[in-house]
Amino acid sequence: MSATTANRPIPAPEAPEPPRRPLATVRNAWRGLVSMRTALVLLFLLALASVPGALLPQRSLNVQKVDSYIAAHPTFGPLMDRVGLFEVFASPWFAAVYVLLFVSLIGCLLPRSWDHAKNLRAKPVPAPRNLARLPHHHESTTDLDVSVAADAVQASLRRWRTSRHEGTGDRAGEIVISAERGHLREWGNLVFHFSLVGLLVGIGIGKLFSYEGQVIALADGGPASEFCNTSTSAYDSFRAGLSEDGTGLVPFCVKVDSFSASYLPSGQAASFGAAVRYQSGNDLTTGTWRPYDLKVNSPLRLDGDRVYLLGHGFAPTFTVTYPDGQTRTQTLQFRPEDATTFLSSGTLRFDPPAGLYPDADQRRRNQIAITGLFAPTANVEGKLLTSSSPALNDPQVAVDVLRGDAGLDSGKPQSIFTLDPNLQASGRLVREARVNLAEGQSTTLSDGTKIQFDSVTQWVSLQTSHDPGQVLVLIFAVTMTVGLMASLVVKRRRVWVRLVPGLEQPSTGSGRTVVEIGGLARTDQAGWGEEFDQLTTTLLTSTPDPTTDRTTLNTPGDTPR
Amino acid sequence: MTTADLAQYSDLAFRSAAGIYVLAVTLLVCELASTSTRAVVRRDTARELVGAGSVPLAGPTGPGRVEAPQGRPLSDRLGRMGISLVGLGLVLQVVSIVLRGISAGRAPWGNMYEFTSLVTAVAVLGTLVMLRKHTVRPLSVFVLLPVVVLMFIAGTVLYARSAPVVPALQSYWLVIHVSVIATSSGVLLVSGVASLLFLVRRRFAEGAEGTSIVGQLAARLPGAQTLDRVAYRTAIFAFPLFTVGVILGAIWAEAAWGRFWGWDPKETTAFITWVVYAAYLHARATAGWRNTRAAWVNVAGTVVVLFNLFFINMVVSGLHSYAGLN
Repeated sequence: MSATTANRPIPAPEAPEPPRRPLATVRNAWRGLVSMRTALVLLFLLALASVPGALLPQRSLNVQKVDSYIAAHPTFGPLMDRVGLFEVFASPWFAAVYVLLFVSLIGCLLPRSWDHAKNLRAKPVPAPRNLARLPHHHESTTDLDVSVAADAVQASLRRWRTSRHEGTGDRAGEIVISAERGHLREWGNLVFHFSLVGLLVGIGIGKLFSYEGQVIALADGGPASEFCNTSTSAYDSFRAGLSEDGTGLVPFCVKVDSFSASYLPSGQAASFGAAVRYQSGNDLTTGTWRPYDLKVNSPLRLDGDRVYLLGHGFAPTFTVTYPDGQTRTQTLQFRPEDATTFLSSGTLRFDPPAGLYPDADQRRRNQIAITGLFAPTANVEGKLLTSSSPALNDPQVAVDVLRGDAGLDSGKPQSIFTLDPNLQASGRLVREARVNLAEGQSTTLSDGTKIQFDSVTQWVSLQTSHDPGQVLVLIFAVTMTVGLMASLVVKRRRVWVRLVPGLEQPSTGSGRTVVEIGGLARTDQAGWGEEFDQLTTTLLTSTPDPTTDRTTLNTPGDTPR
Repeated sequence: MTTADLAQYSDLAFRSAAGIYVLAVTLLVCELASTSTRAVVRRDTARELVGAGSVPLAGPTGPGRVEAPQGRPLSDRLGRMGISLVGLGLVLQVVSIVLRGISAGRAPWGNMYEFTSLVTAVAVLGTLVMLRKHTVRPLSVFVLLPVVVLMFIAGTVLYARSAPVVPALQSYWLVIHVSVIATSSGVLLVSGVASLLFLVRRRFAEGAEGTSIVGQLAARLPGAQTLDRVAYRTAIFAFPLFTVGVILGAIWAEAAWGRFWGWDPKETTAFITWVVYAAYLHARATAGWRNTRAAWVNVAGTVVVLFNLFFINMVVSGLHSYAGLN
């Protein structure tokens, strides 16, 4: 056995180079990634990658703007769309930059944290042999004994981390105090960078579990003024996070009683407010409604959800009286077209009452559509209606009344604010009247159908927001700022005080001690000269009687001018 | 006195401040032009002597007073007059801002005119504070030049009448967020100008300025080290402040718009600004980037700040486009 072992030819070393080379490449790549230079380049890339996000329209903010931009630039628009320039912050290349940056950051932070932990436990480093070589140096003498002087120096350096070294060999008898301060700087540095990671985690949690739902509610306390956060169908539009499907919504209900706005003479809004009532938690079972004054800067904060007042507008009410006396009444929101005067546009569609026409086809040919403009403060020039103020002073509508197929049965998705122009173009929908109506006024069509503009109700647009990550983000934003300040303000300093027993003074019999002070600024060199001089003064007053002061202030270039 | 009167006095004070700044710039430019380069060299040598410690620190002639006994040269007197005028202009501008606030009954930084006025006032104040610690009087000329241009734009294109703000801005966050952002922007402007001058100074090193116009100008500037120090000091003051301002803005956005961050163009550009200044601070700690390149990054940061102030509000529309322009 042993013989065979001994005789077995030693396996040729399997060319150690090739397997190591990829390892070396990986190691070098990693070192490159965590180097400061790479971090710097990645920071520039991050800034650069964000630029199109600021300059180009973004889908997440305004889809219509993106569409019109692409339409206006038929050559480059689709190309830009394909590379994600209209959704920069969701694009893979933006993600690549920040993921690389954070990998580089963590790769840099871990060893630094380790070093910092070691530094915290380590004693301040021993003094260099020749303190006079340091950028700042001072030398004087004192009558105190070496150890007494050392105690005094250490006492006056109590806000520094100090350590005491006794000299040995040819330096026996002398005492060196090493002092350091400014560890808080590295603490701040680490806290700042770790907070950035925490910030990203908080934002990530938000991306996964947040949701946003928008709904328009009439501000009249009626049935259309209420919505409940029970399912996504309660909202007109709903945007959910990646792991949120809208089945686990925390239920609450909101009812809008009234909306009020006041305006300056210029038409600029002075205040908005909606009086709402809400129920959540136990109130849902007991049926208790609690009042809240919902305003632009004060959302309704419920457990985990927030309800915002985002916008407002007008919803006119029309009544159609059919020739047989049956009536149908509808209130529907109009869309503000002009943000300063609130001239609004919209469309109402009426299905004839059952039994009025023999079959479905006849019914469809006799739908009524009312479409046109609404002005809260009418300003009529000739027949042209405009609005002179967003306040509800003299509401009027300028509408077309059409009869025919209004598109109610088409099954196609369509805007609630406008009619499908194809219906009119194909003659399936025919205009019967074009009128301006004030509140209470009506017009009668050729067959005796009466269209009346009854009144106007205000609507509000509300948004429910839910983001479980935002508290985390706030906490890390605060720690980040604190860390940043510490890392910029705290200065790292090193000082050594060497106390050397001098020659015996024959006159007094007491020993004289030579006090040598050397200082080094590890960061923020500027101003250190002044600081060092002050420190020297403090230290020398703690070791008094420098009768023969041999001062050599050595402060090249750093003295404040 | 009615609020309209106060608003009028505010406008008057604003215009007077701008006029006085122009006068101050004229005097300071005269100082620059009339200082012979030899005097600069002499002054610098004197300083270096002080710096090297060969002149006793507690001697009868302290630092900066070396030439005082011979009477101040004309250029120095011009410079001092210029700086006094800058102080006077700043007082008037502060009066203008305060009167604006009283007349509108709110914090006087609710539109772009008011915001720009505040930013420029902070920039001027920042320069004066820097002057107390460093001999950088020529710096004030180069800060005042953009300040005067900005004030001219503010008073003409951006001007908005004193009035209450839209409901979205009626919040105590307006007081906090906007003032913090304006302060940091003003100080960052000073920092950027200092870095720009530092670059000029690096290009034309001390003692080797040559005879070109820029070289002659460089010869009259403070030393590269001083300029770099001013740039860094102001940047490390303003960067955390800017960070706080952005965080406060995010808190306000959460209350007003339903989310703390939504990549609105203004928010995106604030993010870019933040990243650029983070890069500046990192560049200063990176070998090979410490001097010229870091200074360029700082200048780029100032450009982004100004871009955010004007372009984003006036051209790209977003949630921050109140401005009183439409």
